[in-house]
Amino acid sequence: MALKHATPMLDELEKGPWPSFVTDVKRMAPKNRMCEDWLGIMEMSYRDKEGHWKHGGIVGVLGYGGGVIGRYCDRPDLFPNVAHFHTIRINQPASKYYTTEVLRKLCDLFEPRGSGLTNLHGSTGDIVLLGTTTDQLEPIFYELTHEMEMDLGGSGSNLRTPEGCLGMSRCEWSCINTQDIIYDLTMEYQDALHRPMFPYKFKFKASGCPMDCVAAIARSDCSIIGTWRDKIRIDQDAVKAYAAGELVPHAGAGGREKRAFDITAEVIDLCPTKCMEWDGKALKIWDEDCTRCMHCIRVMPRALRPGVDTGATILVGAKAPILEGAQLSSVVIPFMKMEPPYAEFKEFVEKVWDYWMENGKNRERLGEMIQRVGLREFLKATDLTPDPRMINTPRYNPYIFYDPAEVPGGWEHDGVAFRQRHQA
Amino acid sequence: MGQIEFKGKQFEVDEDGFISSFDQWNPDWVEYVKTSEGITDLTEEHWKVIHVLQDYYKKHGIAPMVRILTKVTGYKLKYIYELFPSGPGKGACKMAGLPKPTGCV
Repeated sequence: MALKHATPMLDELEKGPWPSFVTDVKRMAPKNRMCEDWLGIMEMSYRDKEGHWKHGGIVGVLGYGGGVIGRYCDRPDLFPNVAHFHTIRINQPASKYYTTEVLRKLCDLFEPRGSGLTNLHGSTGDIVLLGTTTDQLEPIFYELTHEMEMDLGGSGSNLRTPEGCLGMSRCEWSCINTQDIIYDLTMEYQDALHRPMFPYKFKFKASGCPMDCVAAIARSDCSIIGTWRDKIRIDQDAVKAYAAGELVPHAGAGGREKRAFDITAEVIDLCPTKCMEWDGKALKIWDEDCTRCMHCIRVMPRALRPGVDTGATILVGAKAPILEGAQLSSVVIPFMKMEPPYAEFKEFVEKVWDYWMENGKNRERLGEMIQRVGLREFLKATDLTPDPRMINTPRYNPYIFYDPAEVPGGWEHDGVAFRQRHQA
Repeated sequence: MGQIEFKGKQFEVDEDGFISSFDQWNPDWVEYVKTSEGITDLTEEHWKVIHVLQDYYKKHGIAPMVRILTKVTGYKLKYIYELFPSGPGKGACKMAGLPKPTGCV
């Protein structure tokens, strides 16, 4: 069936081995007028090298301040079916495990009420329904909540949809139950997620170990990263099997090429703190010097495992460049046990929010506020004690502030007494 | 942009139903918008929120942060949602005639 608009440039993207989004949308187009016009407006953008969506858009559902991203095309005369093309964010199950039943229901819900196009998933984690009209928002929300027991995700100056790595569901390195943490935080802070109350957006992400498969350190204002504080568990026989070439290093991630595994060159010498020793018979690790970078565990997963006294490192402040430059999260709690109901963690979070809501400027991310007020003030506000593990290096400049209460005599000085000792 | 006529007055609005300039605002606008924002009866509390937003906007040229709105009115955010179901941005600001919220929404 011929489509309404010619798309010579998009057609090029149907070539090649990678799954083509153009082919996918074209398959929907004969039965969905929005898809047809979407292809048309995309082709126009490819030709003109300009976006064709108007600025902003404020739509939503009653009771919530976010969850829907309003969008209108700037040529409704040419592409009337995408005049409205709003995006709906739906809160996904932690780590994105589904049954086909749920996905089918979701498709059946959305296809007649929008474009049928989706993004699985948005980079924050949400299921994204791409393209619907304002009058469909409340009906979609009604069916979502009443028939599927699913809710919208976050948007705006609020808590955004939290997400974690798949954690203990199928990874032997996970030190914390990331899925339970994410679900628990999502449910606990529903109000903060649906009704914007913050100076700006705020994100949680939880990774089971420092491999950080959900990129918590880079993409969340509060990063929860699993770790341990006892010894790495060593199976010496398995180490020998790796050294003898019986087990494949990196679980085979090095490719199919058969090669001898050099444990000294690939593990011992690459350890960042050089706290390992291999004498050909036994592997020794000086755990007190280990920074738990995961390298040796990753190379020999069947021989080495994280310890059993597990918890998480809490880091804060990651953000993209706007306004003051990109930041990764920095350590503020080197180790915290993470067990339900996560009371200690939530106490910390609420102190952070109280302080940030009071002191954060309009559209100032947490990381920028800490940059502005200083880590010291942030630690004071959250009742944390400064710790060498919170810094990479001590400061090099001598512009050091003291609390007047800690300086004998304070800041009040008698100028007359000074002049009696020193002539002008 | 579209034109809306209500009680003999003209309002120019965008797709989201925000009036195109604050100067066009008058109390009839609030009457017109209220139903689409899920409000049946306007109370003094609605008007208090609207007036706080307008005073702040006239003085500072921007809408206040949510925290300032809750502090000045004395209403908790939850109560503001009871008054304006679509929230302080889409609901109250629209009715007060303030420009449409922008940024990462």
